[in-house]
Amino acid sequence: MKNEVIPNDLAGGRDYLRSGTGLRSWLLTTDHKRIGLLYLISITVFFAVGGIAATLMRLELATPSLDLFLGDSYNKLFTLHGVVMVWLFLIPSIPTVLGNFVLPLMLGARDLAFPRLNLASWYVFNAGAAFTLWAMVSGGVDTGWTFYTPYSSTYTNSHVILMAAGVFITGFSSIFTGINFIATTHKLRAPGLHWMRLPLFVWSLYATSLILVLATPVLATALLLIAAERLFGVGIFDPALGGDPLFFQHLFWFYSHPAVYIMILPGMGVVSEVVATFSRRRIFGYAVVAFSSMAIAVLGFLVWGHHMFVSGQSVYAGVVFSLLSFLVAVPSAVKVFNWCTTLIKGNMRLDTPMLYALGFIGLFTIGGLTGLFLAALAVDVHVHGTYFIVAHFHYIMVGGMVMGYLGGIHYWWPKISGRMYHEWWGRISAIIIFLGFNLTFFPQFLMGYLGMPRRYSHYPEEFQPYHLLSTAGATILGVGYLLPLIYLGWSAFKGRRAGPNPWGATGLEWSTHSPPGKTNFTRTPLVHEEAYDFSEAPEEKEANRAGRD
Amino acid sequence: MPDATEQLQPLGESFSDRAHQDLTGHLGMWAWLASEVMLFGGLFLGYAIARVTYPEGFAEGSRELDVFLGGLNTYVLLGSSLAMALAEHAAKAGRRRPLLINLGAVLLLGGLFLAIKFYEYYDKALKGHVPGADFEFSGEHPQAVELFLFLYFTMTGLHALHMLGGLSVIGGTFLRTAVTGRMPGPLFVTATALYWHFVDIVWVFLFPCLYLVR
Repeated sequence: MKNEVIPNDLAGGRDYLRSGTGLRSWLLTTDHKRIGLLYLISITVFFAVGGIAATLMRLELATPSLDLFLGDSYNKLFTLHGVVMVWLFLIPSIPTVLGNFVLPLMLGARDLAFPRLNLASWYVFNAGAAFTLWAMVSGGVDTGWTFYTPYSSTYTNSHVILMAAGVFITGFSSIFTGINFIATTHKLRAPGLHWMRLPLFVWSLYATSLILVLATPVLATALLLIAAERLFGVGIFDPALGGDPLFFQHLFWFYSHPAVYIMILPGMGVVSEVVATFSRRRIFGYAVVAFSSMAIAVLGFLVWGHHMFVSGQSVYAGVVFSLLSFLVAVPSAVKVFNWCTTLIKGNMRLDTPMLYALGFIGLFTIGGLTGLFLAALAVDVHVHGTYFIVAHFHYIMVGGMVMGYLGGIHYWWPKISGRMYHEWWGRISAIIIFLGFNLTFFPQFLMGYLGMPRRYSHYPEEFQPYHLLSTAGATILGVGYLLPLIYLGWSAFKGRRAGPNPWGATGLEWSTHSPPGKTNFTRTPLVHEEAYDFSEAPEEKEANRAGRD
Repeated sequence: MPDATEQLQPLGESFSDRAHQDLTGHLGMWAWLASEVMLFGGLFLGYAIARVTYPEGFAEGSRELDVFLGGLNTYVLLGSSLAMALAEHAAKAGRRRPLLINLGAVLLLGGLFLAIKFYEYYDKALKGHVPGADFEFSGEHPQAVELFLFLYFTMTGLHALHMLGGLSVIGGTFLRTAVTGRMPGPLFVTATALYWHFVDIVWVFLFPCLYLVR
């Protein structure tokens, strides 16, 4: 708010939404804001597809016997749910929608470094998604989202190659986005906006981009080899043909574990923004939180072996991976402690984005701590492959990332649409989602610990109460996800006009109009102050500038 | 010749000047190359595991490859990298003729590399050495040799795809420079050269791993 308000280039009242109309002006746009919205539409569709698959699974699991599907269809259903949610929703969600929209605004830039590459990434993403959906309608894949060999490479008759091609192609869109964000953060910061003044969301996007660029190609290698193995019948993974199935798991998790951090780091960035804004206080230990993002990105590359404790990996490797997995929890915990400290010292306001952020902090903590259970070798042997794992990663992915994503959508919605949503409905749906989520996934911890294996379509009757609770929770969760779609959609047309800075937040994105003009700022902004400088008095500002908390 | 380059690559709206834009482009290229290293890295890891598991089979497989042609290709590719470095130099000096000559040399040598490579593939196909249902091999370790050749085809095939990508960009630059008479931005040529040298370096690792383990 105290960064000077930059006069906008709204010539004739045109913001980015109205400068250029017609399908062509959207499909060929290189404006990062419009591309962010294109991504928003795409991933909302895929979230719905993955969500419908989840709903059908939960319905089937309401009773111990098979009622709705054959076991085989159930396998295809959970594979679809996993593939769509991971690669077509979670991986792109915050970076490509909110990152695309907000990153150049936060940096005081007119666009990303490579605007055409950005548009290309959206097309590549949709092409990959088309392959994935093609695989789905042509019969589906029953391997689970992990494509474990030799089942995926030799035995299954489902459409692995098509699905792998789809995931392979979407990988390139991830790499394009990563390259774009890295170059933009390095080269397009406004004068005065040095690294230690960057909003924490930028730090988290930067760390995410490093993982996108360095981990995604390894998944490409794994999928390439699986496709080649299926096509030519040669085995680098199939032990019957002289290959090593564990090698696939190494390649796969070398990508897919860092990918967990692709999915959670941007959410952490959103929470940092929201917590600072709605407690009107600079994030406690700004530098530590910034570097913890980088630490997570680096350490995240060293822990993939904890997925293979029971896969026949060397015990000594297991011990090392276990230790490293405990280490990666440290920077995550640092973030949680620093958010809490910020809240304690701050002046809290419970607006909708803040409710999501608080939900994130609590649920991420549960997900993270159960992750430590799983990183302990002996405990992992007991709960490996059970619903305990399912609950653990849903607490991170859904309780963490989806809450972060929705929080971010609500936080930047006035900037994106120029209008305010209905605050009461916002709060209600945040609470519904929080309750529905816990009802869905907490029972899964319990039944997993009691021995209910994941990926089973039918189960012993003793587990039915847990499954029923979980299915009931999923219904509530579904309602919670539908509500924002309705009231946000309504507000985009009918909502009260939002000013440039409805939250009284800091940061360059709030210094321009809502919605911003096509080129964001009429002139390049100059940055004189630290991030999250909410102080009013000049001497306080001086103290902040010196970096004191 | 700033005016001439302006035509080829208009300045993006995010940038204050051309040097800024070109440096950003370099950074993007380096990030892309880092990604490429990881892509090939996964394959080299697979190679390492399989070779440690089947040392004799891999030696036997390697003996099936033609060291002479592989060695020749190494010289051809290193030669093309030299030409690329000279082209970069010419672009920086703003000299059109040497730029065209050197880019032409890169295209010729790159094309020669691919021609030799495809001849080698053709030769393997004739001998029934393409992994898959029709694979024939009468030596001691047919399964390990098939695995070796599978890696050979995958790794050199991926490398050849990268060569094709590089050659089409260089070919485009060559044609535009020859036809329009305008010089490409020197830093654009540098970014292309970075990519070309990277592809070259991959081959420098592929050659000993595949041809020289006999």
